[in-house]
Amino acid sequence: MPADTTGRVIAVIASTQKMDASRIAATSTFEELGIDSLDGINIAFGLENEFNVDIPDDSLPQLRSVADIVAGIDKLLAAKGGA
Amino acid sequence: MTARRVAVTGFGVISALGRDAAAFRQALEQGRSGIGPHGFDVRFPNAAQVRDYEPAQYFDDKQAGLIDRFAQFAIIAAAEAIAMSGIEFTPALKARTAIVTGTSGGGQSAIDDGFLDLYKNGMPRVNPFTIPRTMSNAAASHIGMKYGITGPAWTVSTACSSSNHAVGQAYWMVRNGEAECALTGGSEAPFSPGFLKAWEAMRVVSPDTCRPFSRDRKGMILGEGGAMLVLEPLEAARARGATVYAEIAGFGMSADAHHITMPSPEGAAAAMRAALADFPLEQIGYINAHGTGTPANDPAETKAIRAVFGAHAGKLAVSSTKSMHGHTLGAAGAIEAVATILALLHGFLPPTANFNEADPECDLDVVPNVSRRAAPVAALSNSFAFGGLNATLLFTGPSLAR
Repeated sequence: MPADTTGRVIAVIASTQKMDASRIAATSTFEELGIDSLDGINIAFGLENEFNVDIPDDSLPQLRSVADIVAGIDKLLAAKGGA
Repeated sequence: MTARRVAVTGFGVISALGRDAAAFRQALEQGRSGIGPHGFDVRFPNAAQVRDYEPAQYFDDKQAGLIDRFAQFAIIAAAEAIAMSGIEFTPALKARTAIVTGTSGGGQSAIDDGFLDLYKNGMPRVNPFTIPRTMSNAAASHIGMKYGITGPAWTVSTACSSSNHAVGQAYWMVRNGEAECALTGGSEAPFSPGFLKAWEAMRVVSPDTCRPFSRDRKGMILGEGGAMLVLEPLEAARARGATVYAEIAGFGMSADAHHITMPSPEGAAAAMRAALADFPLEQIGYINAHGTGTPANDPAETKAIRAVFGAHAGKLAVSSTKSMHGHTLGAAGAIEAVATILALLHGFLPPTANFNEADPECDLDVVPNVSRRAAPVAALSNSFAFGGLNATLLFTGPSLAR
């Protein structure tokens, strides 16, 4: 359920960045949100806990937007479900 | 008074490359890496550990129970350095000798052990030596007690710059007449489950090995060990007939004031410039780089070196010995100081091991994979810490000490 994933991803970003969720849209980029690489690590930590997945280190540099994260998480969840 | 020249009259080192300076030199010359499996349950499988280390080889049971691994490494390195220097600690000299050590985590594994007992093993109390084992100054204190040294002693903790800062402070003290001798360096023992999980979460450790300046680099490799130097005024060293292995000819510090983990080329350049303030930069033939092998550090350091050296950057050799002994965090500055001194002393350039492919963003002569005969007369050793705290030491070889 991509829509559900998006809502949970936005909630994780809002909570780790101490940011009002209303500022974050499904189309937001890290640049627009002022998220740097250290913030990205913290968001990945939040996502791993929220979705109970392991995000590989080398995928982090490719995650530059909410949409990137949602796509990545859906892929990880599908791989987990299919395992 | 005028600033005194400062000689290095002894050094010692224990690391993944061996238990003493001779083994360390051999590995550097052969380009042999000490990186291998560590056996802890974290995402990254490899590290640069002091293999088959048994405290009983160096300490009696009672001492071994009181002294954490990080402090043990400093004590072992100090013993080698002092023996090499042949210095005799008279009562007057003991009172005028400084001890300055660096460590990032101190005895963090002692805390980890205690908390494992408390939170996981259901024990109601922790080892009563947890505090004396953990404190970051334990290495300085134990070295002082062992040799009866009563001068100024303290410990610097600035993450990955700790022992570069420590050596620099000790150099300033001897140079400025505030100490007649200094024992200085640092040590680190980062291998405990809790601390490794913290590094895992930072996502800066390579899943295979450390490939500084290589286009396919994937991060750092954690290492452990310690190194110590004996510093004396050059005149005093000559007067007692000591062998002068190198001189410290400059030290620079700076802060990025930029970001808690991302490096800034401007800050790194400022530290190098400060170290070179009184020295012709054309004489620098080698730089032992901070060279962590992370995507962020190596291009930033390259940019900084180019900014400081201009055209001369094309004539320098720059290598990261972390590719062999790992990133020893608070011990890095001291261990790499010994690598730099050995390069000047024995006329070789230690290689950057595990190098696969040139990166246009790291376009320096990084001495890929194979050490090279060369005779640099002066060299820099860089350490750039998380938190943006930078340190650069400038060493000259024995040929300039005459």
